[in-house]
Amino acid sequence: MTTATRGAVGTAHTRVEGLDKVTGAARYAAEIPFAELAHGWLVLSTVARGRVRAVDAEAVLEMPGVLTVLHHHNAPRVDSDYIGLLGVPPDPTVALFQHDRVPHLGWPVALVVAETSEQAREAAETLVVHYDREPHDIAFSAGRESEAHALDGHAPAVVEKGDLADRLAESAVVVDAEYTTPEEYHNPMEPHAATARWEGGRLEVVDSNQGTSWVAGELANLFSLDPASVRVRSEHVGGGFGSKGVRAHQVAAVMAATLLQRPVRVVMTRRQMFSLAGYRSPTAQRVRLGADADGRLRALEHRSLSQTSAVHDFVEPSAAAGRAMYAADAHHTASRVVRLDVPTPTWMRAPGEAPGSFALESALDELAERCGVDPIELRLRNEPEVGPVSGLPFGSRNLIACFREGARRFGWAERDPRPGVRREGRWLLGTGTAAASFPVMAMPSTAAVTAEADGTFTVGINAADIGTGARTALTLVAADALDVPADRVRVRIGDSDLGPAMIAGGSTGTRSWSWAVRTAAEELRGSLVPGADIPPEGVTVRSNTAEAVGALAQKERHSYGAQFAEVAVDPTTGEVRVRRMLGVFAAGRIVNPLTARNQLVGGMVWGLSMALHEEAVRDRASGGVYGADLAGYHVAAHADVPHIEADWVDDPDPDDPVGIKGIGEVGIVGAAAAVANAVWHATGVRHRNLPIRPDRVLLAGGRA
Amino acid sequence: MPPSTSSDLTLSVNGEKYTLTVDHRTTLLDALRERLDMTGTKKGCDQGQCGACTVLVDGRRSVSCLQLAVAAEGREITTIEGVAEGGELHPVQQAFLDLDGYQCGYCTPGQICSAIAVLEEHAAGWPSAATGDVRPEAGPPPLTPEEIRERMSGNLCRCGAYVSIVQAVARAAEAKEAAA
Repeated sequence: MTTATRGAVGTAHTRVEGLDKVTGAARYAAEIPFAELAHGWLVLSTVARGRVRAVDAEAVLEMPGVLTVLHHHNAPRVDSDYIGLLGVPPDPTVALFQHDRVPHLGWPVALVVAETSEQAREAAETLVVHYDREPHDIAFSAGRESEAHALDGHAPAVVEKGDLADRLAESAVVVDAEYTTPEEYHNPMEPHAATARWEGGRLEVVDSNQGTSWVAGELANLFSLDPASVRVRSEHVGGGFGSKGVRAHQVAAVMAATLLQRPVRVVMTRRQMFSLAGYRSPTAQRVRLGADADGRLRALEHRSLSQTSAVHDFVEPSAAAGRAMYAADAHHTASRVVRLDVPTPTWMRAPGEAPGSFALESALDELAERCGVDPIELRLRNEPEVGPVSGLPFGSRNLIACFREGARRFGWAERDPRPGVRREGRWLLGTGTAAASFPVMAMPSTAAVTAEADGTFTVGINAADIGTGARTALTLVAADALDVPADRVRVRIGDSDLGPAMIAGGSTGTRSWSWAVRTAAEELRGSLVPGADIPPEGVTVRSNTAEAVGALAQKERHSYGAQFAEVAVDPTTGEVRVRRMLGVFAAGRIVNPLTARNQLVGGMVWGLSMALHEEAVRDRASGGVYGADLAGYHVAAHADVPHIEADWVDDPDPDDPVGIKGIGEVGIVGAAAAVANAVWHATGVRHRNLPIRPDRVLLAGGRA
Repeated sequence: MPPSTSSDLTLSVNGEKYTLTVDHRTTLLDALRERLDMTGTKKGCDQGQCGACTVLVDGRRSVSCLQLAVAAEGREITTIEGVAEGGELHPVQQAFLDLDGYQCGYCTPGQICSAIAVLEEHAAGWPSAATGDVRPEAGPPPLTPEEIRERMSGNLCRCGAYVSIVQAVARAAEAKEAAA
């Protein structure tokens, strides 16, 4: 396949919607005006397990402005027995108000709809719901593994190659360590919001989501509607990170709009997002590495335990992180889940890889220490020729180039490997590194490209720009394929009427959409006769990449990265400050360096935040999250984030028409391990439980 | 007769006067978004923790979700829709655009309003927790990246665009200095 040679792809370009974003003109889901709009407010359970005995709706219906109260006695029936676009059944949480059972705290039990949001909120807070309370069990710990079951998610649960016991027994060095990561929440800045209405016999939903084809399909299934009669739009999306699929708010808005026959908007509050919008499960992981004295692996075992709800299976496949990373004769990995009375977790930026890489890349650092081998050299010695478990050839694997370039820029060669020996005033200083990888996939998508009579081009692709810069990237891809300047291309996204396309998820969006856009644009360019007039309706070419994507040969396709961090640790306060980070990635062709660098750095900020700050703690008494808001759940703020650099090595994917791999998630992978490894280098103490809070640093002591 | 639960008031926003009747429970944020259709000011948490709703009230930054609309009467409110002058972007807006000081864009209006106030506060000699010498006679501290980070910390960006936001604020500060 050829790759584009013109200038747009690979050249920095400010966001095409940038002016709208800096002037406040960009309208997000809850900001599109509707005449006769009513406001819905969700009421969530205050018990963690039991049954709804009664909903005292009468008193609330008398309150000013209240239009209706929906609950399990009067809500429309929905059908949740289906498989959606992503090949999985829906989380039953979206089958709103279908029965009286309460499987976790914060389960939606009613929707109050009123003329204004103030009226709806007060009525919702006034609504008395009676429960029959049952004992709940929310206590996640490594000790629950005996109750867990292996669960295939987007990766198989259990993969085993070779004799683990024998290879461990013959290893000169064995690292055997346990790691934990806490419950983590996406917290996109824009809360989930949807407005639903019936218009000309069609259901229209203006929503904030990561894929309108996806959400429209789920709503059509739930409400038993002809898919063609459902339209979902999502033009600007204030972040998603995996949390913005079909959720309670859209379903509630559709129910109320259907009953009231007027537009209804439902917006989650920030606190509601802590039980309705998904989260990353806590993990308890055990890694055993057996190696020769020179650090060459003989055995790699990674077991991970995560939690799911009592009503739906979801696995955080952390143990899969190393399956394609390091060669070892015995390679055993298994991800299991335990069912608890908690909300169902979901995909969150680099699901599996983010917590899994923390454990595995920390364990490799421990092995490097035990073997007296430089951590980068250790990884180079364990580079596989082919997929360590699959035996498949690699697409392109440039991990070594990332480490070489990163080490050069970070100044790794000058590093004294001894821990706990650098002091600067009250601070102990250290540096750490870790590898990153994330799978590369493409999913079928459709696109339409139109040559307009005025000489411009319109691209219709049902992409979602959740902050990734996809709208701009697709403009550049189309411009190159059409051989025209980018300012002659207009890209329309975020509308299910544009036709089916992949969601913004799994780092697959820009690759999948670009493939479809480029295919249509190239065909259009080939069909246009130079100098010939374009008819008033334009000339349109459509593409569907299902066949081409399906024909991809099986390979180990991944993006890679080398993460570096320098930290300062104050042993008297326990404070950890990250002083700088550098990530060098091999992540395919970079379409727009300006936005790509920002996104990769953003992933690294997530890694920093995961390493030091983020932690939701579940209260055993109530079953809910303590301090379920942005004060109780700290995400990295300006003052936490130092100068962070991200860069890349040349790494076009040979099997992609544009050379793209995907950059949305690889930036977080390994970043927390690099920070934790740096904390060890600073203090001589291994921190195997995230986040590395001041109290943990103090209790662990150190060589201060 | 029960006491009234609403009031007539006049809000002064971006130099224009708007007379409206509001429910007493209506926040300034909701009045802007729901009543005046000025949706540039964002609702991220509705409880003063994220900074997305930051506006300027009498020139000083303020989270509009923690103020009732009825308490904003008589104040001059400036929102993201009002910071550009004469068709020219404010230097902070321009720097955010040029340096990609955002990703999803939802925290951006709050970041920009906050940054505009940061430049004013700094010029007025206000110290921050990152300021080494806080004696009045020391004058304004250099507006280092560390100072910008400290002063901007009330504005969360979950996309993690902090590095380019800090660069944008620094560039706007340079532009302001060059123009002075």
